[in-house]
Amino acid sequence: MTDPSTATGTDLTADVLVAGGGPAGAWAAVKAAEAGANVVLADKGYLGTSGATAAAGTGVWYVEPDPAAREAAMASREGLGGHLADRAWMARVLDQTYANMNELAEISKYPFPVGPDGRQIRRGLQGPEYMRRMRVRVRRAGVRVLDHSPVTELLADGSGAVAGAAGRRLRAGGEFRVRAGAVVLATGGCAFLSRALGCDVNTGDGALFAAEAGAELSGMEFSNAYAIAPAFTSVTKTAFYSFATFYRADGTVLEGAGSQKGRSVIARTLLDEPVLCRIDRATPDERAAMRLAQPNFFLPFDRQGIDPFHDLFPVTLLAEGTVRGTGGIRITGPDCSTSVPGLYAAGDAATRELICGGFTGGGSHNAAWAMSSGTWAGQGAARHAAALGGGAARRRTRPLGAAGIRPAGRPALDHREVTAAVRAEVLPYDKNYLRHGDRLAPALAALDDTWRALRDGLAGAGVDGARARSAAAMAAHARWMYRAALARTETRGMHKREDRPGADPAQHFRLVTGGLDEIWTRPETAVAAVAP
Amino acid sequence: MIEIVSRERCVGCDKCVEVCPTNVFDTGADGVPSIARQDDCQTCFLCEAYCPVDALFVDPRSHPLPQPPDERALAAAGTLGAYRRQIGWGRGRTPGARLAVGPALNRSGPPLTS
Repeated sequence: MTDPSTATGTDLTADVLVAGGGPAGAWAAVKAAEAGANVVLADKGYLGTSGATAAAGTGVWYVEPDPAAREAAMASREGLGGHLADRAWMARVLDQTYANMNELAEISKYPFPVGPDGRQIRRGLQGPEYMRRMRVRVRRAGVRVLDHSPVTELLADGSGAVAGAAGRRLRAGGEFRVRAGAVVLATGGCAFLSRALGCDVNTGDGALFAAEAGAELSGMEFSNAYAIAPAFTSVTKTAFYSFATFYRADGTVLEGAGSQKGRSVIARTLLDEPVLCRIDRATPDERAAMRLAQPNFFLPFDRQGIDPFHDLFPVTLLAEGTVRGTGGIRITGPDCSTSVPGLYAAGDAATRELICGGFTGGGSHNAAWAMSSGTWAGQGAARHAAALGGGAARRRTRPLGAAGIRPAGRPALDHREVTAAVRAEVLPYDKNYLRHGDRLAPALAALDDTWRALRDGLAGAGVDGARARSAAAMAAHARWMYRAALARTETRGMHKREDRPGADPAQHFRLVTGGLDEIWTRPETAVAAVAP
Repeated sequence: MIEIVSRERCVGCDKCVEVCPTNVFDTGADGVPSIARQDDCQTCFLCEAYCPVDALFVDPRSHPLPQPPDERALAAAGTLGAYRRQIGWGRGRTPGARLAVGPALNRSGPPLTS
C-alpha cells in the first residue's frame, strides 16, 4: 500500500499513471482504479477545468442501441472522413459511450435535461458541470491527483517499456516522479496557444513524449481545424453560426461563406479584410433556446454590448490544430495500447481516425472517443500493470526526454522565441488551413530549422522547464503535421490541398508518421483489430 | 482575460488560485489573490464559475485591457457573477445543464443540448 499522504511528495509509485485531466484522463483514471489499480493522475492545470471540454461543453455521439439508428450514425460521416474510419471501432465507441453517459446520469447524477417524453436527453454535456463531476468521481475512486503538475517526460525501463513519468510542480514547487507499471497519455491535442476556448493547455506534449519513447503517430495531416470566434475573443463555440450570415466590411453579403460549408471562404477573406457576422437566421424561440444551451456563447456579446442577432460583429478563425483535427498517437490495440509496451493513449492525444477518418472529430465524436478510449486505456493499463506484478513500479528507470529538456548544446534559447517561430508557421490561414505544397514545403523547412536550434539550445528551470517542453512539443507537432500534409498528395477529409484537388484512390490509407530529428511517413498496412 | 479580483467581495478562499488551469493567480499576503500572470489567462471564464462570492471578472477579449473596467459599474449591471448564475451554480439555483435544450441545427433534427 502506498501512503496517501505521499501525494504531496515528489517520488511516487503507482500501478497506473494518467497524464492529463480532461475527460479522457478522468475516465482512464476511474476505470483503472475500478479495475483494481493504484492510480496517480497528473495534470498541468486542474482536473475539472483543464482542457478543451471543461470550458466549452460538447455534444456527445450518444445513439440508442437501435440497429437502424446506429447504422445511420456510423454511415453519416464516412464520406466526409474520406472513408478512413473503421466500422468495428465506431460500433464499440457507440456502445462504450452509451454506457459511460448512462453512468454519468446514474453514478454522477449529471443533471441532463428532460425531453417532452419525460426521458433525459443525454446527447450533450455542459463542460464545467461534466468535469466538476468527473473530478468528484476520480477522487472517490481513490485516485491520487496532482494538479498544476505538468508531466515533462516519460521514464523507461531497461527494455524500453514505459515505466513512469516525471514532471514539475508549478505551485508546490520542485519536480515529481511517478514510477508506474503503465502510463496513459491523455494530454489532449495541440492548438498552438491560439487562445481557442480552453485549449491553451493543449500543446501536444503527449505526442512528443510518445515519439521519444518510440511510438508512432497517425493522421497528422488532419490537423487544420479552425473555429469561428468573435474577433479578439476566445469563445470558439461554432454551432450557432449555422444561423449566421457573413458580411464584408461594406455590409454586402460574403457569398459562399458559412460555418460548415464555406469556412474556407471566411479564411480566404480574412487574409485581406475583416469579416463581419450576424446571427440573423434564427427565430425568436431559437434565440431564446440558444442562451439555455450555450450560455458561454453569449459572454463575448453580453460583455461588449453587442446584440448578435441584430448587430454586425467582426469574427476571426482560431486554430484548433489536432484538438478538432483527428491526428494523434497511433493506437495499435483494442485497449488503446501503442507500439511501445506500457504506453497507452486516449482522447485527443490519440488519433481519432478510427471513428472519424480524416474529418474533424470536433464535438460529439471527440467527446465519445474521449470517454471510450479513456475507459479502454485505463483498463488496459491496469491489466498491463497487474501482469507485470508488484515490482513494476520499482523498476530502475531512465528518463526519455530530449528536446527542450536535455539540449545537445549550451542552453541559449528562450521558449518564447521557439513558440513564436512555430506559431508563425502554423497559425496563418494560407499555410495550414488553405494548404498548398508551395507554401507547406517552406513552412516545414522553417520548422525544421527551429527544431535544430531548439535541440541544441532549449531548456529551462522550474515553470520555464515545462514551458520549454511544450514549445518543443509544438515544434514537433507542426513538423509531423506538415510532413504528413506534404506526403498526402491529394485532397481527403479535412486535408484539402489547393494544388491537389480531388481524392486519389491510390491513397486510400491512413498515414503513419514518426521520428523526431528525422521525420518519416508511411502508409498504414496493418489496422488495429478490435478483437483482443 | 481576468481583469478584476474584487477586494470588496473576495473572502480569501483561494478557489480561483486552485482551479485556474493556467495558474494565473497567486495567493495574496493580505488574503486576496493577485493576478500574477495575466498573459497566461486563456479567457475560459472558469475562475468566475467557481468563485463562490462573484468577486471575479473575466473580460471576453483575450488580450489585456489598458486598464481594468469599472468594478462598480459591472456590479451595478449584474455582470459580476453573471456566468455563474447562467450555469446555475450556487446554492438554491437550478443547474444550467438541466435547462440546456437549444435549437435544432437543422429544423428537422434533434435539439442541441450543449
